Amino acid sequence: MLSRMHILICGGKDCLSSHSKELRDEFHLVLSELNLLDEVRLVMAGCFGLCSQGPIVVMTPGETFYSHVTVADIREICEEHVVKGNIVERLLIKEPIDKAKIKNYSQLKFYDRQRRIALRNCGQINPTDINEYIARDGYLALGKVLSTMSPAEVVAEMKKSGLRGRGGAGFSTGQKWEFAAKSVDDVKYVICNADEGDPGAFMDRSVLEGDPHSVLEAMAICGYGIGSHQGYIYVRAEYPIAVERLNNAIKQARELRLLGKNIFSSGFAFDIELRLGAGAFVCGEETALMASIEGNRGMPRLKPPFPAVKGLWGHPTNVNNVETFANVPAIFLKGADWFKAIGTEKSSGTKVFALGGKIANTGLVEIPMGTTLREVIFDIGGGIPNHRKFKAVQTGGPSGGCITEAALDTPIDFDSLVAMGSMMGSGGMIVMDEDNCMVDVARFYLDFTVDESCGKCTPCREGTRRMLDILNKICAGNGTLEDLDLLESIANMVKDSSLCALGQSAPNPVLSTLTHFRDEYIAHVVDKVCPAGVCSNLTNYTITDKCIGCTKCAKNCPVSAISGTVKQQHVIDLSKCIRCGACKKACPVNAISSKPLPKEENK
Amino acid sequence: MKSLDDLQKLRDKAKRTMDMTDLVDGVRIQVGMGTCGIAAGARPVLQKFIDEVAAHNLHNIIITQVGCMGECAFEPIVEIVEKDGTKTTYCKVGKRLAEEIVEEHLINGNRLDAYMLSTIKR
Repeated sequence: MLSRMHILICGGKDCLSSHSKELRDEFHLVLSELNLLDEVRLVMAGCFGLCSQGPIVVMTPGETFYSHVTVADIREICEEHVVKGNIVERLLIKEPIDKAKIKNYSQLKFYDRQRRIALRNCGQINPTDINEYIARDGYLALGKVLSTMSPAEVVAEMKKSGLRGRGGAGFSTGQKWEFAAKSVDDVKYVICNADEGDPGAFMDRSVLEGDPHSVLEAMAICGYGIGSHQGYIYVRAEYPIAVERLNNAIKQARELRLLGKNIFSSGFAFDIELRLGAGAFVCGEETALMASIEGNRGMPRLKPPFPAVKGLWGHPTNVNNVETFANVPAIFLKGADWFKAIGTEKSSGTKVFALGGKIANTGLVEIPMGTTLREVIFDIGGGIPNHRKFKAVQTGGPSGGCITEAALDTPIDFDSLVAMGSMMGSGGMIVMDEDNCMVDVARFYLDFTVDESCGKCTPCREGTRRMLDILNKICAGNGTLEDLDLLESIANMVKDSSLCALGQSAPNPVLSTLTHFRDEYIAHVVDKVCPAGVCSNLTNYTITDKCIGCTKCAKNCPVSAISGTVKQQHVIDLSKCIRCGACKKACPVNAISSKPLPKEENK
Repeated sequence: MKSLDDLQKLRDKAKRTMDMTDLVDGVRIQVGMGTCGIAAGARPVLQKFIDEVAAHNLHNIIITQVGCMGECAFEPIVEIVEKDGTKTTYCKVGKRLAEEIVEEHLINGNRLDAYMLSTIKR
């Protein structure tokens, strides 16, 4: 049923802090007394951009804006405005309102700072209909390349664009194509690496699901450039929708003769097949990936020979990541100079980041290289929810490192991230706040790499496991200062001596947290406390005098360890407490913290 | 595809369809159907739009699935693209809101401000 009236209560974080939730509860109460709940709909809306006047309540239709609304005003609003239709004059906003500023101001910001090249069609076209891709100039780049350019010109244009591989290390795509083009062989291969494995990264999936044809077109262009007639897309079987849409896209492209023999009457033939990966992280490494396509166990091998010389089944092979390919058609349509002008000098173009963790707008953003982390996290990402304080951002997944607040204003590109001890990786960006324990974060990533290590080389197989043992020991409260030194020396050893990039980069989360958050490690091993209250053995919750006595913690405690009366400071009985953290999550004023106990009380 | 001309012809034809050139008061409903959208319940929403549009006998409407727009936290996201290029983005769309969008936005021409992410005029 349609409601005759909507009451929008600002649920933006500034208004929430001025108790807009209580307003909603009061509205609900009064409306139910007046028997109006069926006619009027209560909505917690996004920020209206008028935070200084909050809490804001908007009545529609009519768009009446009430400012500084308190619980006491609500009965009047309901009885006068809702029932009789009279506007409550005294609550109206005093200042003139800039209408343009009000509506969805925060969301517009999300798009304004972005520049979409790789994601240009995602969310805009129907991915299962090749005509919609063609309507937006799809396959035009391939047509132009095949009718007007020589293979050597294709490679030269690619080099000129300055595009660097978006999958991890950021090697020049043009150079990669050049190596493969120069290798002499009748059979060459193009591989699209869609084995996206970093926890928290999902831009490749998004491209394959939203715009599969852009990858097919780019692979054909690459094939023409390096002299290959067969492409493979190595995609994870865990992405069933991507697989389905890719298969459909390949079928449609074949029907229109955009794949197959004699494309655009140029004599050039190219076809693409899918190969499904079983989801081993190491198969994102190109030599392991090729082993897996060949039907062997997915294990990396030593390089050289590089794939461009000796790749799939011994033939020269060019491997690029999904996002890299997604940029290619745009580069050939608009020219290398256009692309080169975007971004920074050494990292041209844009990069897609997957924002996750403690951030308001979880999702994908595509920004020009050179944007600062602060802009990405606070302006586009909407900052940290629940009034928590930013602690660090982890980029590059299990191969990357943590970046602290001090480095937030550094422009992001491939080289600046490496200089900060992290890496671009595939572009996962996990934001952490004061409730994240950095030792536990390092342990999480290491746990992942221990699982995913293929076991071929000893430093990675044994070294990561020993590091994890030490981290487990520290988190359990049994660590010593010597353990930190041992951890650091094993980390450096694994980094220097592992066979492939998985092992070489696996210690990064440990090393970067040891550098930036040594005080947290010391708190764990010396004071035997986890400052963030994550490691349960080292957590002793206390309620500080910030407590307002709202009883939410006591109600949420699963073991009834919290006692206290309304409006009085509550107390936690540590002998009953199971360190689940439910009280901390429930506390509206952040009054629960983990403090070191006096020495004699240490367990 | 034999030549660039062939492609150009197909492109122009496809663009006419996409821009709703031959449709009076055409409206395009885009439902975000990436994994994130589907996980948030976009499939029944898409079906609901198809049912509602049929039930109200609306003929100027194209309903289509699209990939993820990047704002995964707000899925299911539905965009209403009007012929003049005005784009209205609704977030967290459920079956009930889908019904409201068809009745209020499409038939009565009132945008439902409360559920909008943004309106961008191209």
